[in-house]
Amino acid sequence: MVTGHGPIERLVRLWLPVGFFLVLALFPFYWMAITSLKPNAELYNRRIMPLVVHNPTLKHYIDLLTETSFLVWTWNTMLVAVVSTAISLVLGVMLAYPLARMRFAGAGLIAMTVAAVYLVPQPLLFIPLADLINRLDLGNTLTAVILTYPTMLVPFCAWLLLGYFKTVPMELEEAARIDGASRLQTMRRIFLPLCTPGFISAGIFAFTLSQNEFLYALIFLTQSAVRTVPVGVIAELIRGDVFYWGQLMAGALLGSIPVAIIYSFFVEHYVAGLTSGSVKG
Amino acid sequence: MSVRSEPLVGSARPARRAASLGVWLDRQSVFSWLMMTPPLLFLAALVGYPFCYGILLSLQDRPVAHFGTFVGLKNFMTDFKDAIFWRVTLNTFVYTAIATVLKMVGGLALALAMNQQFPMKNLVRALMLLPFIVPTVLSTVAWMWILDPAFSVFNWFLIALGVPKPGPSWLGNPLLAMGSIIVINTWRGLPFYGITLLAGLQTVPPELYEAATIDGAGGWQRFRYVTLPLLQPIILIVTLFSVIFTFADFQLVYVLTHGGPQNATQLFATYAFDIAMGAGQLGLGASVALTMLPALALLIVALTIYLRRG
Repeated sequence: MVTGHGPIERLVRLWLPVGFFLVLALFPFYWMAITSLKPNAELYNRRIMPLVVHNPTLKHYIDLLTETSFLVWTWNTMLVAVVSTAISLVLGVMLAYPLARMRFAGAGLIAMTVAAVYLVPQPLLFIPLADLINRLDLGNTLTAVILTYPTMLVPFCAWLLLGYFKTVPMELEEAARIDGASRLQTMRRIFLPLCTPGFISAGIFAFTLSQNEFLYALIFLTQSAVRTVPVGVIAELIRGDVFYWGQLMAGALLGSIPVAIIYSFFVEHYVAGLTSGSVKG
Repeated sequence: MSVRSEPLVGSARPARRAASLGVWLDRQSVFSWLMMTPPLLFLAALVGYPFCYGILLSLQDRPVAHFGTFVGLKNFMTDFKDAIFWRVTLNTFVYTAIATVLKMVGGLALALAMNQQFPMKNLVRALMLLPFIVPTVLSTVAWMWILDPAFSVFNWFLIALGVPKPGPSWLGNPLLAMGSIIVINTWRGLPFYGITLLAGLQTVPPELYEAATIDGAGGWQRFRYVTLPLLQPIILIVTLFSVIFTFADFQLVYVLTHGGPQNATQLFATYAFDIAMGAGQLGLGASVALTMLPALALLIVALTIYLRRG
């Protein structure tokens, strides 16, 4: 712990650096917000001081919601994120529980494989996957992304949960076993209810990653009705060389809000997951 | 697996059978493998198979919607004779190296600044993480407008300060464009470093600092000989993570510059995308993507081994 004395030292050691990082982190969001509220006359006038809104308007939001399929994209994004997070949590538990609790030949190899698969970045897989999705005739269906997002999320959830599971004491499970419960019963009735914080951490991460995903959605979803927010915003609010900046910023802000809200409720879990996932592994 | 451990005395009573099945299922190895089979099959089908299929594709001449013909290493030869490919290689290494150093140094500074007592610390920490959690594409759109050639807010300030109009072309000048994507990648990744390192800093026992102070260590020496060695494992893990995903970055560059101007910001992932999805050459695109594999494989193996030990 650094012991800061005196207002000057505290200013230099604490407020200047923290203030700098805070302004750096938040300026783009501020810029997003005020741009989305500026009328076009103000937006495209280089003489007006740009840092504040002089005549705020909701026109860009209204246009975004009435003239584009933004609400459909939002619905798609939510649906895909929720379903792929749920799938990933279930499959992740099925991998993590045996690895955390059972002794069997090959456990080490499986654990390493899961970690390695988590680290395989999408650009290594998207071309063969695009062809595979085409052959399965799943192009332009939400199934295409619901199936492929868990390829990133399952190893991730498994890895995070594995770290969490190892911190849960084993006594309750041992007691249940002595009382004659099967392994499946022990896991479902005794163990899993103890792990809610772990599921919340993994769930938020998986949800955020799904909302953030772009490459697969860009390739698999080329029709407006099935697009997710990031792809919809990029593909439909930029038409050729024409940028609808007001709508773009309104869309970027509205698209960020669901993640930000969920995150603000669970920020402690998020930080716990962030640090345990990479620190303890 | 057999059921020979069961003392079945030739009786076919259903209850006994059920019981022996139950015992068999309760074996650690049987239970584990049954439990892990669905997720492992899933990953084999959608990661393992595409990965192998990608290697096969890279050995084929395979226009989209046509059958492929095997051409051996011809695609890789084409890559190695392609000047843009080498430009892309250079770009990717420069981008990864500079952004990683910036994130590491900046993240450490952020963690040290945050590792002090001050009011509303949790709120500040939550706000600091926003760049990392907001979907990259959406925050990149905001950056695109901040760096717009005609209406950049930076240029408005620069012009107000006397820089001749129209001010720097952030995304139009090759060097500035590379600088811009590096800065934005750093902006997004820095909180991940900062908050993870902060958590690491908080595990350093205060007695160590006290002992060092008693031994006459100054602020820099405490940082150099107490903080850094204790943070080293976390720094290593975070850095390996970040290098892997920066090296294979796609979203930011695709949205901001599309690899331009004149391929000045083209990375492996965006170039592979252009060839495979833009030009419809799946085989050649797969070969470009696969040239990332040796470097990535080294990093992945290193990190996997390190995580297992830790």
